[in-house]
Amino acid sequence: MIAAHLPILQVVVPLIAAPLSVFCRRGSTAWALTFGVSIAALAISMALLGQVLDRGTLSYELGDWAAPWGIEYRVDAANALVLLIISGISTVVLPYARVSIAHEIEPHNQTLFYTCYLLCLTGLLGMVITGDAFNAFVFLEISSLSTYVLVAMGAKRDRRALTAAYTYLVMGTIGATFFVIGVGLLYMMTGTLNMADLAERIPAIGANRTLVVAFAFIVTGLGLKLALFPMHLWLPNAYAFAPSAVTVFLAATATKAAVYLLLRFLFTIFGTTFPTFEPTLTYLLLPLAVIAMFAASTVAIFQVDIKRMLAYSSIAQLGYMVLGMSFATVTGLTSTILHLFNHALMKGALFMALGAVVMRFGDATIDTMRGLGRVMPWTMAAFVAGGLSLIGMPLTVGFISKWYLVAAALESGLWPIAVLVVASSLLAVIYIWRVVEAAYFDDPPEGVTAGEAPPALLIPTWTLIGANIYFGIDASLTTRVAGEAARVLLGTAS
Amino acid sequence: MSIAAVIDISLLVFLGLTAFAILKLRALFAVVMLSSVFSLVSAALLVHLDAVDVAFTEAAVGAGISTVLMLATLALTSRREKAPTRSQALPLIVVFLTGLALVYGTLDMPRFGDPQAPIQVHVAPKYIADTQSEIGIPNIVTAVLASYRGFDTLGEVTVIFTAGIGVLLLLAGFIREPEGLRVQTMDHHLVLRVVTKMLIGPIMLFALYVQFHGDFGPGGGFQAGLIFASAFIIYALVFGLENARKAVPGRAVRLLVACGVLLYGGVGFVSFLFGKNYLNYSVLGVDQVAGQHLGILLVEFGVGLTVAAVMVSTFYAFAGQNQPISDEDW
Repeated sequence: MIAAHLPILQVVVPLIAAPLSVFCRRGSTAWALTFGVSIAALAISMALLGQVLDRGTLSYELGDWAAPWGIEYRVDAANALVLLIISGISTVVLPYARVSIAHEIEPHNQTLFYTCYLLCLTGLLGMVITGDAFNAFVFLEISSLSTYVLVAMGAKRDRRALTAAYTYLVMGTIGATFFVIGVGLLYMMTGTLNMADLAERIPAIGANRTLVVAFAFIVTGLGLKLALFPMHLWLPNAYAFAPSAVTVFLAATATKAAVYLLLRFLFTIFGTTFPTFEPTLTYLLLPLAVIAMFAASTVAIFQVDIKRMLAYSSIAQLGYMVLGMSFATVTGLTSTILHLFNHALMKGALFMALGAVVMRFGDATIDTMRGLGRVMPWTMAAFVAGGLSLIGMPLTVGFISKWYLVAAALESGLWPIAVLVVASSLLAVIYIWRVVEAAYFDDPPEGVTAGEAPPALLIPTWTLIGANIYFGIDASLTTRVAGEAARVLLGTAS
Repeated sequence: MSIAAVIDISLLVFLGLTAFAILKLRALFAVVMLSSVFSLVSAALLVHLDAVDVAFTEAAVGAGISTVLMLATLALTSRREKAPTRSQALPLIVVFLTGLALVYGTLDMPRFGDPQAPIQVHVAPKYIADTQSEIGIPNIVTAVLASYRGFDTLGEVTVIFTAGIGVLLLLAGFIREPEGLRVQTMDHHLVLRVVTKMLIGPIMLFALYVQFHGDFGPGGGFQAGLIFASAFIIYALVFGLENARKAVPGRAVRLLVACGVLLYGGVGFVSFLFGKNYLNYSVLGVDQVAGQHLGILLVEFGVGLTVAAVMVSTFYAFAGQNQPISDEDW
């Protein structure tokens, strides 16, 4: 019986846990509740992925009202995988957060911090699982509002977290407003909000200027949310000043959910036959993605704060994801979806390693990194392994992503783009090497003694590194799901 | 030109002028007042478009509570806007292009009020035809809001809950209990004191009416929660925060914030016991209509509870930070 309700339980379990956590008197109780919920969410998303692979698309009608009159949850390979990424990363981050947050946030704020975290988890899961365009907006708002607060919680370590959160709030709200204007226009022209219904009715309308504007507003709004170059300016500070555990969670999940929504709107709802589909992908998304790969990676090389450096690297990596989708082929989408998963693993691990450094030294500038190879050997080894994955070394997930992306570019006959992908990886070599050089070839400053991060931080970090290597060696599961997701999005699923 | 068009155009011109004045003014006190005017004019426009439920919310949120909260923010920060340090050219171009895109988008829109427009012929007719037999309440807006698309409303309550938790986390982490607070009241003003006492009762009664009459007329939990909270906030403004907290302590408000969402979400779970999908209220009563009716009543109460509690706790959090302001300063 419960199996039939899994789609809704995926979202309402964390949703109900959020107000429940307000009743916890101690931060540690709230943490335990959050961790339990996160494990449940992970179990549910694994079960959902299993069901989807067995039986195809799942549909769940809320309140038993038939779609499109009621709201429908619709799970296929594409969102099942993103749900797994979000709940999986959350479950790995929480044991890390218990120690790291206790260190970075005032004790009296910890209960509500976990309330906010649960709300963020709810919002992200809700916007990914839903089959209703307006419902996606509602949950996008839940995740956005809670994210702004979570970022601002870095203010105890550095007051600049407040301005970072405020900038993010302004930019994020503009993005969400653009998105909802687009959804409103879609409703006006079709009379429906259900995604599957929209997908049927939009092609029937044909060339229509109102629909084109809806398309433009949705792409721009989601572009802001996913930090598509040049709308990425909110991201570096938000990631740099947020508490370490928040940075890990956001870097691995938040922009991914926005990328997923963009995929869903572009491919499922508007579809490849929509008049502005091809020009947008070829003349807008593709060039912006390539510029992001180079510009953001170049800026990353000159960062003093390594958290900021990785944030710029994320903008470049989002460029790879957008590049993959701009080919509009099965291989291209497979590479995008694979990279959603793989990038969550590599950036999660890298930011976790940095969080351990921040916890010990209060910051993670290039100066702090000097000699850390000897001071915190396990942490820095994890950073190096994550860095290799980011560059795209064979036997790591980064290699799998790059392989598919290059293959997609070649398949579309765009060999110069394939060359650019490889060339931009060299920039990643440079910025990762800077850190490696400081950590292993410089001496630690006077008075700094060897002292490793506590196991509570190291174990989650190495879990993600393990995943980077495991899915780098045996990518059969991830490529199968990503391939299936790509076919679902392109409407060519078997 | 019809009288309706004259009303629409004059309200729109008014809206435009207010927006322009807001942009130009540097005195933030005036800006807050003008935003309140802006909301009131929008509410009037929405009434004229026959969207009374939306108008009601706009009036309660924009013209009512958010003005109070903005004033509380001014008391914490500054009452003059600083001159912008960066060039305004790029933002202006972006705004201009966005406006152009929106105008371009109107070119293929169905004519306003066209009975053949897609929104009139696809999903909406079923709501109009079946609300009576399936849900049995006269206000179709409430039927769509609380039942057909009830999950969106659960999401919206969660958005408000999130905002409330956010304010608590950012402004205090927890509400400071009364002792040690610099209390400041206005109850030495005889007129204020008497008028407030006369007003609070009727306002609260009106809130309850709006809450429980939402199935039949415009209104519902959102509006009712806001009205209820404003009665409380008026009391706190005139008789002081300390007295307000004696009536409802900060920790209680914080728990009430959570209770509303729990009630709404909890009602949804009941359907599981009867093998139905989440948020199917039909199982709550002897027949479908009775169940829907009870379900809507319960979830609307959940909405009202969370909205009112979030507003009060936000006000507590702001007011608890304030330096005392003497009468002359205002």
